[in-house]
Amino acid sequence: MPKYIVKRAFMAAVTAFLVATLTFFIMNMVPGGPFLAEKAVTPQAQAAMEAKFGLDKPLSEQYITYMEDLMHGDLGPSLKKRGRTVNQIIATKFPVSAKLGGIAILVAVFVGVPLGSVAAFNRGKFLDNLIIVGSTAGIAIPNFLSSTLLMYFLSTKLNLLPSMGLNNPVNYIMPVIALSLYPTAYIARLMRSSMLDVMGQDYMRTARAKGISTFKSIFKHALRNAILPVVTYLGPLLASLMTGSFIIEKIFTIPGLGSEFVGAITSRDYPMIMGTTIFLAVFIIIMNMIVDIAYAYIDPRIKLK
Amino acid sequence: MSEYLVNIQHEKLSFFTPAGEVKALNDVTIQMKEGEVLGIVGESGSGKSVTAYSIMGLTAYNGKIMGGTVEFNGRRIDQMSERELRKIRGKEVSIIFQDPMTSLNPVYTIGNQIEEVIRLHTDKKGAQIHQRARELLSLVGINEPEKRLRQYPHELSGGMRQRVMIAIALACEPKLLIADEPTTALDVTIQAQILELMQELKEKLGMGIIMITHDLGVVASMCDYIAVMYAGEIVEYGTAEDIFYNPQHEYTKGLLKSIPKFHEKEYSKLVPIEGQPVDMLNPPKGCPFAPRCTSCMKICLNRKPEKTEFEGVHYSRCWLQQKKEYEAAMKGGNN
Repeated sequence: MPKYIVKRAFMAAVTAFLVATLTFFIMNMVPGGPFLAEKAVTPQAQAAMEAKFGLDKPLSEQYITYMEDLMHGDLGPSLKKRGRTVNQIIATKFPVSAKLGGIAILVAVFVGVPLGSVAAFNRGKFLDNLIIVGSTAGIAIPNFLSSTLLMYFLSTKLNLLPSMGLNNPVNYIMPVIALSLYPTAYIARLMRSSMLDVMGQDYMRTARAKGISTFKSIFKHALRNAILPVVTYLGPLLASLMTGSFIIEKIFTIPGLGSEFVGAITSRDYPMIMGTTIFLAVFIIIMNMIVDIAYAYIDPRIKLK
Repeated sequence: MSEYLVNIQHEKLSFFTPAGEVKALNDVTIQMKEGEVLGIVGESGSGKSVTAYSIMGLTAYNGKIMGGTVEFNGRRIDQMSERELRKIRGKEVSIIFQDPMTSLNPVYTIGNQIEEVIRLHTDKKGAQIHQRARELLSLVGINEPEKRLRQYPHELSGGMRQRVMIAIALACEPKLLIADEPTTALDVTIQAQILELMQELKEKLGMGIIMITHDLGVVASMCDYIAVMYAGEIVEYGTAEDIFYNPQHEYTKGLLKSIPKFHEKEYSKLVPIEGQPVDMLNPPKGCPFAPRCTSCMKICLNRKPEKTEFEGVHYSRCWLQQKKEYEAAMKGGNN
């Protein structure tokens, strides 16, 4: 296991390097620059700004400087939020997104898995059809629509929940529902099909022939086998939800990393684009590694090499 | 208490599929005493497994008993609730399935899967359960039981896994062991070992065995009685001797002809039974075997043959043996 982790960490470093390099050059190929949008800036002032942040130097030199800083864990200063470094911004914004996303994932797993299992065990019956229709809707409805509808009914019409910010626990309810709708529906569908597959397996018949109750055979014998596809899906899901959703954060006015990421692109805040992209990439790699390790733990047939 | 361990009377069982009702069992009657070995022989879809499974109420969710009675040890299985059935399954009636590769749960250790059934049906606790699991593995001829208990199914060979399945089945010393093609998925040398083991265990523990197979060679050495099934009916029943030395039904004869005979000097060609198995959605009106039978007569296509009894328990269902009734029927109407 330690050997495996070292190997994966090395591969992660290579991947992060490639991501950083590609992002750096593609980003610089896009027309525009960080200081063009500011109308009142004179050409002299703009040149001075570019000189200050080293943007006047040749691209190759900029790249080498950036990579050197990156090696030391320094993601550079933000060009737009003067006086703050990218490291600081990520450190303050990421926990906000991670908490919200983490709650949404817990909801998705603890609602999606039972829903999918219940559907499988009632295959072809009313409950199954209801869950299929519900989960199809959950997958089809985009979250900007669901969050707008939620806000319209629960905040504006009924005045039950606050529409913005994350000051109180109740503030979490609507963004969590909006965020978890898609993954819940997706997990329910994954779970339903893998549960149906597992239920047809010979070892489930063995369990029945042993005299084990249906309930226990689901929990002990079926669930652990059927959950594997869900675990696979959890890796990318953890990464995408915990790093923040731009749309949800905009709609509910949440100061998370997702809106920073998109905001950095539109304002050409180069170090911020680089920093958030690399952070996201490393986070995805780490989450996938955790999922792979969990996989080997759940299914003893899988050996990590 | 009934004198029979298993007493199935005129059982009819259907599966309800999207394509229609499949009459899997048509008037099946089986009686078996304690400690006897019954072989059920027939091709795929003939209803041999369905018959045996119904003794422990293990019918698939879309199957339903449409008539007749199923008794085990004097109790009506067909009237039991799922809860009552669970107390019998794994304790009084156990089963070994065909494919040991897929019949064990891949994510739990061997020990876990054996101990599970001991914990469920006995009063044993903790260390006693573990001790019993070890005994069982030794009983079925697995060496280093302590190590095996900690291993996962994928770390064992096919023969070894089938031994584990047998250990699970024997954990609570059942009165009846159903072996559903226990050797089909194994290679020949392992087949012989498993059959030998079953024979040995039967003598040691004295339980009744129902051996389901499509291989007459397997039943020959082990079984007291043999039921030959075709399309959900028992077409011939008798002692192993009756079936092997005095077969009456054309299907039984066909099966015997298709066994390779190594003692004959000239290697004769094997004779297959021509044609396709019965389409159970649209079974023929008369004798189900008629379309494939080489001695098929007109009446065979129109009327189901009645039971013809021979010496002892031996009987078959074939018009050829029913000369009298056959002639009467010919007189009655030549449709």
